Amino acid sequence: MKTFDYVRARTVEEATAAFAAAPGARYLGGGTNLVDLMKLGVERPTALVDVSRLPLDTVDELPDGSLRVGATVRNSDLAAHPLVREGWPALSRALLSGASGQLRNAATTGGNLLQRTRCPYFQDLSKPCNKREPGSGCGAREGVHRDHAVLGHSPHCVATHPSDMAVALAALDARVELTGPAGDRVVAADVFHRLPGDRPELDTEIRPGELITAVVLPAATRGLPSAYRKVRDRASYAFALASAAVVLRVEGGVVARVGIALGGVAHRPWRARRAEEALTGAAPSRAAFEHALDLELSAAEPLRDNGYKVPLARSLTVDVLTRLAARSAG
Amino acid sequence: MPDAPAALGTPVVRREGLDKVTGRARYAVEHRLPGLAHAWPVPARVACGRVERVDASAALAVPGVLAVLTHENAPRLAEPDDPTLAVLQDDRVPHRGWVVALVVAETPEAAREGAGAVDVAYLPLDHDVLLTPDRPDAYVPEKANGGHPGLREHGDPDGAYASSPVRVDTAYRVPPLHNHPMEPHASTARWTDGRLEAYCSSQGTTTVRQTLAAMFEVPEESVTVRAEHVGGGFGSKGTPRPDVVLAAMAALHTGRPVALALPRRDLPALVGHRATTLHRVRLGAGEDGRIRSLVHEVTTYSSRVKEFVEQAAVPGRTMYTAPHSRTAHRVARLDVPTPSWMRAPGETPGMYALESAMDELAEALGMDPVELRVVNDCDVEPDTGKPFSSRHLVECLREGARRFGWEGRDPRPGRRRAGQVLTGTGVASATYPVLVSPSTATARALPDGTFLVRVNATDIGTGARTVLGQVAADALGAPGDRVRIEIGDSDLPAAPLAGGSSGTASWGWAVHEACVRLARRLAVYQGSLPHEGLEEHADTTGLADAGSDHARHAFGAHFAEVGVDTVTGEVRVNRLLGVYAAGRILNPRTARSQFVGGMVMGLGMALTEGSTLDPAFGDFAERDLAAYHVPVNADVPSVEAHWIEEDDPHLNPTGGKGIGEIGVVGTAAAVGSAFHHATGVRMRELPLTPDRVLEALSEQGAAHHRA
Amino acid sequence: MTSRSSRTTLTVNGRERTLTVDNRRVLLDLLREDLDLTGAKKGCDHGQCGACTVLVDGRRMNSCLLLAVALEGSEVTTVEGLAGPDGEPHPLQRAFLERDAFQCGYCTPGQLCSAVGVLAEAAAGHPSAVTGPEAEAGEPTPLGAAEIRERMSGNLCRCGAYPRIVEAVEDVVP
Repeated sequence: MKTFDYVRARTVEEATAAFAAAPGARYLGGGTNLVDLMKLGVERPTALVDVSRLPLDTVDELPDGSLRVGATVRNSDLAAHPLVREGWPALSRALLSGASGQLRNAATTGGNLLQRTRCPYFQDLSKPCNKREPGSGCGAREGVHRDHAVLGHSPHCVATHPSDMAVALAALDARVELTGPAGDRVVAADVFHRLPGDRPELDTEIRPGELITAVVLPAATRGLPSAYRKVRDRASYAFALASAAVVLRVEGGVVARVGIALGGVAHRPWRARRAEEALTGAAPSRAAFEHALDLELSAAEPLRDNGYKVPLARSLTVDVLTRLAARSAG
Repeated sequence: MPDAPAALGTPVVRREGLDKVTGRARYAVEHRLPGLAHAWPVPARVACGRVERVDASAALAVPGVLAVLTHENAPRLAEPDDPTLAVLQDDRVPHRGWVVALVVAETPEAAREGAGAVDVAYLPLDHDVLLTPDRPDAYVPEKANGGHPGLREHGDPDGAYASSPVRVDTAYRVPPLHNHPMEPHASTARWTDGRLEAYCSSQGTTTVRQTLAAMFEVPEESVTVRAEHVGGGFGSKGTPRPDVVLAAMAALHTGRPVALALPRRDLPALVGHRATTLHRVRLGAGEDGRIRSLVHEVTTYSSRVKEFVEQAAVPGRTMYTAPHSRTAHRVARLDVPTPSWMRAPGETPGMYALESAMDELAEALGMDPVELRVVNDCDVEPDTGKPFSSRHLVECLREGARRFGWEGRDPRPGRRRAGQVLTGTGVASATYPVLVSPSTATARALPDGTFLVRVNATDIGTGARTVLGQVAADALGAPGDRVRIEIGDSDLPAAPLAGGSSGTASWGWAVHEACVRLARRLAVYQGSLPHEGLEEHADTTGLADAGSDHARHAFGAHFAEVGVDTVTGEVRVNRLLGVYAAGRILNPRTARSQFVGGMVMGLGMALTEGSTLDPAFGDFAERDLAAYHVPVNADVPSVEAHWIEEDDPHLNPTGGKGIGEIGVVGTAAAVGSAFHHATGVRMRELPLTPDRVLEALSEQGAAHHRA
Repeated sequence: MTSRSSRTTLTVNGRERTLTVDNRRVLLDLLREDLDLTGAKKGCDHGQCGACTVLVDGRRMNSCLLLAVALEGSEVTTVEGLAGPDGEPHPLQRAFLERDAFQCGYCTPGQLCSAVGVLAEAAAGHPSAVTGPEAEAGEPTPLGAAEIRERMSGNLCRCGAYPRIVEAVEDVVP
């Protein structure tokens, strides 16, 4: 790790100004991934703009019933927040499925979204990786890739996004609020992260200098039955092999609203739009769920050694849907 | 002599326990020597080849960097017995991750930055890290690890197999496994006027001292190596590792004390690992279940650096009566990191395969798996023909079955279902040899009525300090709190390493001997003790290493209950229970911790742990603790360890067989068999992760569908 | 301030400390190298083992991932600071001893600090991944064995002392 300048920002304006003033700067939130990557030499910032103490650490209920979560709210606090537990339980559960108690105490909402892939080739400077070093090649595509993507990958990158929280946000139709040199804007959570295409070095739609200020949980999904289920190699403290976040409203015997996002299978939380379309208006049944997931996963292109993710994502998501449907009906 | 209640056999609390829970216990790089510098290694980026050139200029320009050691400027060392220690001595790169440079700096941050700035050019050669069962270059080694013959054959195993009415012919794979003690391999070294002093995270500093003295060509008296507290080893710190050699070289080169903790990511390549083992097991039995032919053939790899052969076919030489048998190892030399000892080397993967095959045999016979093991019990070791000094395998199986609630088990698989979770139970035997080595020790009586016992034992978490205190107290007839124990320093009386479950037997024998002599002398001593006290010395050479007419092994039985989620492929162990017959249990508190700890490691082997040699790059893909899945607390449910007291006169004065390793031995097989009982599916490759499980379950589903 | 080292003040185990630190220095190295508080252990240096766990402003965190410079004004408690003012060991330290909840001892300081954090989090009503939906937000979460196992899963123990660790924590659950 090369040495770097350190600036503690007191206001959002100070943060974006400091960032603009220092080419090669990075924003520092909880640091749980950034410091890790700096130690590995993957991230080499010239300066850190510490945004962890910005006044973005509150969770506020908005008049329309949505919830605005400040970017520096810690993951553990967000998971424990009564309104989140009541209104968007899938988010609480997703947060609690990630990392460890220690890491959740340090990690922030904004930082969680911006964490980077755990692909071993990305983390190893001695190996090719188009995400870390564009044009160097992809070690994983023909290498060890049991944990890698089955959906939406490209010849340039087969990495997955590691966040659990982001998967729940995608399913819940959350929005990400950004501020930056060109002003404020809002991006839907399910398209905040990108597919790799030929620019795998870009994880998200965030523009240079932009800072996440908040995540908004919309009123539209508040109080709906929602759930998150994650499958991993050990019972806790491991990244997902696959996960599913689902929000489901059944009305009059048909699916009135459904949001499905899959984790651990793509370069971003995979919003299962085709499955959602197939289900909306249909009677909820296991067969309908299976059919919807088959439609969605027909786009899957497993690599040599990760074909298991397709049936895993299918059975996992069908299971979550079935349970939620039973709860809706009950 | 004062009368004291017998200490041995009582659950004495760890002597160093308070230091450990208060943070006072200091480990290898926690000694703030004046002028201390920090080192960081540079691992090779190719799997085979040579270092063409090292450009250290950028690294040396990093503020705080003191030196960059390479094969061109590092101190020349005498050739070590263990070639993995010949670091920075030539330009050869035998595997990826081999150390090609070492940066020394004022701070750890500067050392790490410097290491990143060292520019190494390589002349790479093609590499090959792929192990297959039919590699033509695999050969039968003369000896496997532990001095066991590479091949043993009795009778006509192929003929007897072919003519057996019930046969099982099956294959298993155990992936590479990493020891990953929580304290990485770490050393602090300092040279003062030609004397080398080191703190080293090691399982035995007597050997570290001998090795350093030989390599640096100084008298052994000029070297002191300390290991007061050691953050685990599990075999990987049994022999000196490159960290201590590098630290000593760096200290010599810079004239400063140097601390080096190997980065976690570098451990898999540098400190040994359990190599992949590919097993083929054939068991031929009569209708009565008695084994007629046992064939266990193991294929494994070693590195180009040295031959280390995991002795995984060895358990078949001890476990069951088999008039015809072949137990054989084949090894291919690949461009891989050098494998080495990991908890119960040989027995752990070997018993996974053999005991899994026993479960398959029980199924083929329609026989209860406990009963199958009982009918194949023996009182003479099949391979050597020697009688067992004691063998209570059957008692362990019976006691375990009783405690576990085995009776009435429906042997049919796939019968216990709750929702999407299938539950099953399994059993496996365990064995581990009784090993013991010569040791020395002194015992001194002091005028204030206390005693000082000194022996260069190492407490890697086993409770050695505590148990040796109990041994001494009993032999002296003194209360434990009057006995002080000094261990973990090579200036103390020489002693063997903490390994092979032999530490307590080896050190305890010498301690016992010294204390008995001292007690005898004190019994006839007249008057007050001299100021420096009275001391007796013991050396068990000739005793501890005398051969035995008996085959000496500990035995045990493992029982497991697992739940298998048929939707997600997740396997969870609900219960583990082990019963062991391991001689006399000297301290139930620390012994239980060791048994349970072994079982937890076995659980990891069964469910979560496994590493992958990356064919393209030649190193392990899982090099950190996020990717290599050591079990976490949530993976570990109820774990019970019990034992059967054995009074075996053929062991050593303390009567223990060693308990550090047997807990791991049969656990994976018990879990694997429980998985089969739950699902009806045989998984023959570890670990049982969701990807493999789902695939196996879907194949079964497809097969049912076709049928 | 923009320089490559920074002056930072933090309170460690009740004592205020002002140091000039390399901006790269993490709390773990500050404790171990600058303050000679070696209780917090370096197991992986990447937030993957929990051996470095300390309490920062009362909450457990991995000190290997916290830049010291960013902790200005924080209160840090390490294993060395768990004992009472009279030196009396913390009830968890006693329970770990009594239950033999460790072997090599290297993960132990992290386990202890983590357990202190777990007790506080449960008392504050923080849920875990195994907390049932029936648990009331804002109410203390009861700590049974399953809860303790899940919550302590950020602390690896290669000696396999987990069952004893759970018992030790259970011993001090109010």
